[in-house]
Amino acid sequence: MDKLGVITSFIHNIIVFNIPLLYGTVGEIVVEKSGSLNLGVEGTMAVGAIFGYIFGCYANSLGVGILVAFLAGAIFGLLFAALTVSFQANQNITGLTLTTFGLGIYFFVGNSVKSTGWPVMADYENVKEGFADIDIPLLSDIPLIGRGIFSHNLLVYLGIIIAVAVWWYLKHTSLGLRLRAIGENPAAADSVGINVNRMKYIHICLGCGIMGIGGYYMGLNMSGSFNSSCWINGYGWIAVALVIFANWSPAVAIFGTFVFGFFNTLRVSGTSIAAAFPETLGWLADIPAQMYQALPFIITAVVLVVTSIRNKRGSSGLPAALGLNYFREDR
Amino acid sequence: MAEQYAIEMRGITKTFGSTVANKNVDLAVKNGEILALLGENGSGKTTLMNMLSGIYKPDSGSIFVDGKEVTIDSPEDAKRLGIGMVHQHFKLVDVFSAADNIWMGKEKPGFALSKKRYKEIDEITKKFGFELDPEKKVYNMAVSEKQTLEIIKVLYYGAKIIILDEPTAVLTVQEIERLFGVLRRMKEEGHAIIIITHKLNEVMDISDRVAIMRKGEYITTVNTAETSEQELTEWMVGRKVDLNIDRPVVETTRPLLEVRDLTINNDEGATAIDNVSFYIRGGEILGVAGIAGCGQKELCEAIAGLRPIVSGQMIHKGDNIVGLTPKAILEKGISMSFIPEDRLGMGLAPSMSIIDNMLLKKYRDSKGPFVDRKTGREDAERVIKELEVVTPSAETPVRRLSGGNVQKVLLGREIKAGPNVIVTAYPVRGLDINSSYTIYDILNKQKTEGVGILFVGEDLDVMLALCDKIMVLCHGKVMGVVHAHKTNKEELGLMMTGTLDLSEKYADKPAGFARDTLFEDGNKKEEQE
Repeated sequence: MDKLGVITSFIHNIIVFNIPLLYGTVGEIVVEKSGSLNLGVEGTMAVGAIFGYIFGCYANSLGVGILVAFLAGAIFGLLFAALTVSFQANQNITGLTLTTFGLGIYFFVGNSVKSTGWPVMADYENVKEGFADIDIPLLSDIPLIGRGIFSHNLLVYLGIIIAVAVWWYLKHTSLGLRLRAIGENPAAADSVGINVNRMKYIHICLGCGIMGIGGYYMGLNMSGSFNSSCWINGYGWIAVALVIFANWSPAVAIFGTFVFGFFNTLRVSGTSIAAAFPETLGWLADIPAQMYQALPFIITAVVLVVTSIRNKRGSSGLPAALGLNYFREDR
Repeated sequence: MAEQYAIEMRGITKTFGSTVANKNVDLAVKNGEILALLGENGSGKTTLMNMLSGIYKPDSGSIFVDGKEVTIDSPEDAKRLGIGMVHQHFKLVDVFSAADNIWMGKEKPGFALSKKRYKEIDEITKKFGFELDPEKKVYNMAVSEKQTLEIIKVLYYGAKIIILDEPTAVLTVQEIERLFGVLRRMKEEGHAIIIITHKLNEVMDISDRVAIMRKGEYITTVNTAETSEQELTEWMVGRKVDLNIDRPVVETTRPLLEVRDLTINNDEGATAIDNVSFYIRGGEILGVAGIAGCGQKELCEAIAGLRPIVSGQMIHKGDNIVGLTPKAILEKGISMSFIPEDRLGMGLAPSMSIIDNMLLKKYRDSKGPFVDRKTGREDAERVIKELEVVTPSAETPVRRLSGGNVQKVLLGREIKAGPNVIVTAYPVRGLDINSSYTIYDILNKQKTEGVGILFVGEDLDVMLALCDKIMVLCHGKVMGVVHAHKTNKEELGLMMTGTLDLSEKYADKPAGFARDTLFEDGNKKEEQE
């Protein structure tokens, strides 16, 4: 029984710890499908995290937290859109700048609030309870996997719903078709009367808002303890790589998040798995901690190499005009 | 009562920085009329039309649609006014199906995409009298299919005024016929059509009136029936032009480049060139005719060392060149310039200046680690002067030049390297008369200097006048090599479609083998004769 409990908790952890990656990845997919490469995922998530957490606590409402996190991310996206769409700034540099800027805001706001009294999550009943696990009836009673997969907090379910909704939006709606057209060939989209700039603005803000919620999740998952390291902790960068792994499909992103999460979670659960199954998996405990820490990044590198080989014509989801600014009168 | 025009432009001026692209231009088209807009490369035809399609905004001047003054701020406005443009570089999303390319611009398409859209587009396609699989992806389409899709697209959006920017540049003779049939039908249905072209025979064939532009200025509009090719040329160029192509007779040398039993695969692994033999002597131009995609590209690439061959031999002045690197082949004096169908892709780096593009092939010659920009600049300026390249300066990025000037730069650079064999494919593709003749002159000059030229072309009239011999390809096989002065268009056409095979014409001599070949075994044969 105890041994099975270890597996259940491992499955549970894979989901709990890695859902922010799904938010980051899906958000970035929305942005990239409009032809914009936003490398500022890390900063956008940080901004969503800090504002979402603080306002959520002050209002004592998870809903307000989610909304503020979304808005904070969206406003950051607006900044990116203004710089790259209206002012034609280089997307790579703007994205990198926003990462630095976002982390700066995160620590500036965090430290300012901390000096007057940091809101401790445990004191805010509604936030704490809102973030508590919700059992899905019947499904969560399935032995072994039930409590691992079907007993999670609201934001986990929301993340999956957003991913599926975005997948459907991109593939099965007329607006999604137009969005993809812009990412592939903005001149073609423009020539048939699609408002390229407006579509880019809307989707950059939307995608960045989704990233913001992912940031908020990370803050909550760490019980809102603010210290010298940022809550986001590199997840924004991994999300950028996961977009490529997912081949720009939100549906594949769900799968990718959990494949990636599997290795990522070994770091946390490796020793307890080793203890539960000493004969078969005891060797997990012998892997040095540094190896586990490096694992997510090694996997990312392997994934990038593998996916770059895979590209066959028409099968790649890579938007052809990704990273290129569009200016109608350019020849 | 003044005649009602479908569209009228008055006093249009447009400048880009210090360049005046259009200066005080007037233009008018009636419903049920085809107007040809004629002018050399860079004379501002496309710019003018882009102001109708909403890509550019005029600096001054006014536009009237059905007699009412309008402002066109975006392609959306143009669409609403019933103006549709088929751009020279197609504006299509490659990874989308035909239907989706149309659907993405539909007003009120509904929120969800349903499979019914394929059916609707299919019905529309048939209604307009076209044939196109609505589910076919654009990247799988031939050029003519893409063009058909563009035309269906503008018709579907309800365009009354249809602009076509050099629609024939990429089509075969038969495809052009078909396109003209479509245009005539649209004209009968009351559409106003503007067609940009610089092929005079097409202007005479299709248009009702011709508007002529020269260097950004409007010259005049004439009724097609009341003019002649000669007169149009003079208006377009601004002086008298001799429309004959020279074919200087030059004493030929022994074969420079000999190809035996060459077989090459295309990108998909299918046979592109099938057991082909031919040879080029110094001082002659060997034309290669064939329907588009008959292995011309693969052949050029194989000679330049860019594509591995399956089997066969290629010797240059008796030395084997199979398996050599492109650089080694270049050093032997074989130069290749290929103008692809989209006219941009190959050979030049579009964002780099003319000077830098000149240096691309020469930078290895500079001493030390630094690039010798001084010689590069001299070369660039010489090419600009000799070939009359229209450009603000030698520092201008190549992509800012108009098509013809880009091609002149490309060919100019190849000739600068002093080659003894020039492989050139479609060097006049999309060029106006003046530029084309400049290119023919360049090639003829090289020929008289003893260079052997392989000229892959598409215009049979030009090939008959320019080339000494013409090799006809059909599905990668040689249908025969004929002397240009002993054949005619009909014979070539039959060979191109594979109906006539002259490859076994001479029983005593295998096709494509030179009598005085530099191949070892060939020499023996020669001694026996």
